[in-house]
Amino acid sequence: MDVGLLLSDVVTLVVVIVAVPAVLAGYIIFGEYLVRLFPDRIRGGVRPWIWVGPALLFVAGYLVFPTIATVIQSFENAAGNWVGLHNYAVQLGNFPNGGAWIAIRNNVLWLVLYTLLVLFFGLLLAVIFDRVPYESIVKSLIFMPMAISSVALGVIWKFMYTYQPPDTPQTGTMNAVVVNLFHLQPITWLSDPNVNNYALITAGIWGIVGFSMVILSAALKGIPTDLLEAARVDGAGEITIFRRIIFPLMMPTVVVVGTTLVIFALKAFDIVYVMTAGNFGTDVLANRMYKLLFQAGNPGGASAVAVVLLLAVVPVLIFNLRQFQAVESRR
Amino acid sequence: MQVSAEAAAPTNAKADRITPVSILERFQGVVLHVAVILLTVMWMIPALGLLISSFRPFTDIAHTGWWVALSPPFHFTLDNYAQVLKEQGLVHSLFNSFMISIPATIIPVTVAAFAAYAFSWMKFPGRNFLFLALVGLLAVPLQLSFIPVLSAYVKIGLTPNNWGFVGVWLAHTGYGLPFSVYLLANFFRALPSDLFESAEIDGAGTLTVFFRIVLPLSVPAIASLVIFQFLWIWNDLLVALIYVGGSESVAPVTVQLANLTNSLGQGYNLLTAAAFLSMIIPLIVFVSLQRYFVRGILAGSVKG
Amino acid sequence: MSSVTYDHVVKRYTSDVTVVKDLNVDIKDKEFMVLVGPSGCGKSTALRMLAGLESITEGQIRIGERVVNDVAAKDRDIAMVFQSYALYPHMSVFDNMAFPLQMKHMPKAEIQKRVGNASHILGLDNFLDRKPRALSGGQRQRVALGRAIVRNPQVFLLDEPLSNLDAKLRGQTRIELQKLHHDLETTFIYVTHDQVEAMTMGDRIAIMNAGILQQVGTPDDIYDHPANLFVAGFIGSPTMNFVPVTMDDGHAKASGFSVKLPKHVGSRKGVLGFRPEAVTDRPSEAATLDMKIDVVERLGSDQFLYGQVGSDTVTARVDPRLKVEPEDHVKLGLDVRSLHVFDSESEKALL
Repeated sequence: MDVGLLLSDVVTLVVVIVAVPAVLAGYIIFGEYLVRLFPDRIRGGVRPWIWVGPALLFVAGYLVFPTIATVIQSFENAAGNWVGLHNYAVQLGNFPNGGAWIAIRNNVLWLVLYTLLVLFFGLLLAVIFDRVPYESIVKSLIFMPMAISSVALGVIWKFMYTYQPPDTPQTGTMNAVVVNLFHLQPITWLSDPNVNNYALITAGIWGIVGFSMVILSAALKGIPTDLLEAARVDGAGEITIFRRIIFPLMMPTVVVVGTTLVIFALKAFDIVYVMTAGNFGTDVLANRMYKLLFQAGNPGGASAVAVVLLLAVVPVLIFNLRQFQAVESRR
Repeated sequence: MQVSAEAAAPTNAKADRITPVSILERFQGVVLHVAVILLTVMWMIPALGLLISSFRPFTDIAHTGWWVALSPPFHFTLDNYAQVLKEQGLVHSLFNSFMISIPATIIPVTVAAFAAYAFSWMKFPGRNFLFLALVGLLAVPLQLSFIPVLSAYVKIGLTPNNWGFVGVWLAHTGYGLPFSVYLLANFFRALPSDLFESAEIDGAGTLTVFFRIVLPLSVPAIASLVIFQFLWIWNDLLVALIYVGGSESVAPVTVQLANLTNSLGQGYNLLTAAAFLSMIIPLIVFVSLQRYFVRGILAGSVKG
Repeated sequence: MSSVTYDHVVKRYTSDVTVVKDLNVDIKDKEFMVLVGPSGCGKSTALRMLAGLESITEGQIRIGERVVNDVAAKDRDIAMVFQSYALYPHMSVFDNMAFPLQMKHMPKAEIQKRVGNASHILGLDNFLDRKPRALSGGQRQRVALGRAIVRNPQVFLLDEPLSNLDAKLRGQTRIELQKLHHDLETTFIYVTHDQVEAMTMGDRIAIMNAGILQQVGTPDDIYDHPANLFVAGFIGSPTMNFVPVTMDDGHAKASGFSVKLPKHVGSRKGVLGFRPEAVTDRPSEAATLDMKIDVVERLGSDQFLYGQVGSDTVTARVDPRLKVEPEDHVKLGLDVRSLHVFDSESEKALL
């Protein structure tokens, strides 16, 4: 530990913490001064652009233009020459086991299982925790995995899935249960292609159920209690009340959480990277793209995979936008 | 909410007469509590296993499960932590994490505040379209951005060698803006319009209104955003990998941990300690400021 | 000079949405003018155009001699009290009142003096350090008033300031506002939908409906000589009675009675209007109303009878000592000095 290096880092950090807000505040103050140079009538037309300008520039520079550039690059080879759909042919050829198809299959697996199970558990936990007085404590505990990085999560679950050869004591929690409780042979959770995807998805679910639970819990509590009391007075049982009143009223929130989860599922990278590096048939599109770019030096192929990812997201994007617009128009 | 109270009341009222109904309700109450507690305990097991393992010497971890450590003889040690801190560069990577996360939080929050204010309280052509577009970009996978931005960085020399973390700060700003603008704009828009009208009549200019009225009133939303952004960036692996790379001098704690996972193989006693060290800061932030974090997540999520 | 003039003022949002149509009002210096009308009649919009919060589509608004159409709100020398008070929640009472003066870059000593003055007038001296959330509704309203007073404006604009207060507080505050107006000797323009507030507070009242100015006048004027059916029905509680009549030889014939009009009226058909207090306990020589009583309201100081005369519903104000019950029949009379006749909803033709 080089203390000298540490100190200079601290100084840099402090300088940055002070300088950055100062510069930005300076920008907006100077901007207002500029606006005042204009005649009164025009000011209101000029000013907004100073305020949204930086945000628009950042977003254009880091999201909009790069996306367009990536799409274009997906049609080029490593030397920069136009190759048409060649990259796509390579990535999407050899169905079902070649190219990107394993990754695509796994993404679909994530999309379906991850989303549905997280929604289910989130809803279940929201509902049953609602009924105990120590609700906030248990909710915090369930929610805590959200605070840690996916890398740490990957490490935690790598431990859970540790494999020791049969007839030796198991050190991983999962195999300990399998061997000692169910008296089966230990499972190579992360390398067995029959189970490893599910193992990874389970780890992912553990990390995000808190998110879904918190939002669904808020939606649950948003249902006016007199509705439920009226239903009870009308003679409805708890399950009926849930099925016909609670769940339908929570539907809009369930949809929002669901679409967010779909996007998370499609973007899954960290967990797979840390736990299996995408091997043994656990590859997902985000990992494949990373490998194509940094290990295979194939920017064209990587771009093509990225575009496939984009196409997968587009339906969700459109759906979200429609919802958003509907809410906006009611304002 | 009321169920446990309801479960209790009838049994009190009918204390002298044990009916099947009250027993069933009692039973349901107990089952509920058991289920909740069991679920929560099971939920904690993965993290618990890691925590306990981090205090065990290597030989123990390699041969027995962590639950064994809970019964005598107790073999706890701090060696793993000591070693990881001294030798595996974790302290420096924690530092890098701060160096990356703090500015990469301040910049997008500030830029987003300016933009959100304009979107909420200024009129300009294309406002609705631009706002919609900005929010829509939330869904775009970051993968589409890396290659062009990276090659642009290389071309203009914005590498970690020349400019340190500036590249990743700017990238995180770009990536974090859609959510930040969305969150702040929702909050700003909810401020009562007569506050602004009164300020207008009082003669307050745009800057005064922004700094003396909007910002002070928006502290909860801004706090939520800051915490949310900070945790997001601190825990990020991919963006750091792309823009900062894996070399130890610049790697933040997530990248360093990922490196250790790949390289340590058998030395995973150290991995447990490293993983836990990487979790301390976010857990502290999270536990102490959970309210704000949750509020950030709830922003606009609860619909209907 | 702080008179205010609306000169052919129009506010149009789109080609089919015109909220204020050709408004012409002259408000005198130091006057307490009330703009009253039902929701959506355009009164708030008219006020906001004067404040500078809404643009003026057509016409001119003048404060004194100055045309203020293109003058920014802060330069118009007006102060506004909002319905919701619009207090800055994070600032203390003192800071709330000092804010407009700080915007004018007034020296601190002067600010201190003015705020102290205003808070003294309004009884806020003990609350200067508090934040709005620690104040009651009435106190908050006074802070809003204080913020307006410190500016020493030429015109005070008040947008339904009493509607967020409970009934008892409303009565008290009404009196306080009138006293304030008297003390400050400045023009007050007050918007409300409550005709009682209008009648009790205004030096003059301007009634609007659907964007059109119906009538301007003193409360007495408007009460005794409503210009049209709308004004007659809007002012006065309980509402004026309206009975369709046909004119015949100087008499107005209703379904259940007929009355000789003091003056000749042009049209053949119309609406006869008379207030409940124009109905007398005893049949008069002018007219006899045979009422079948549906509801009796006893208010201690007054008694109101609601019932049918012929096929028309009529409200009568009678002596509280008169003993009647629902289902009874009574014979009542009419005071012909207080009759109004309206032509198919457009004008009035009598008294």
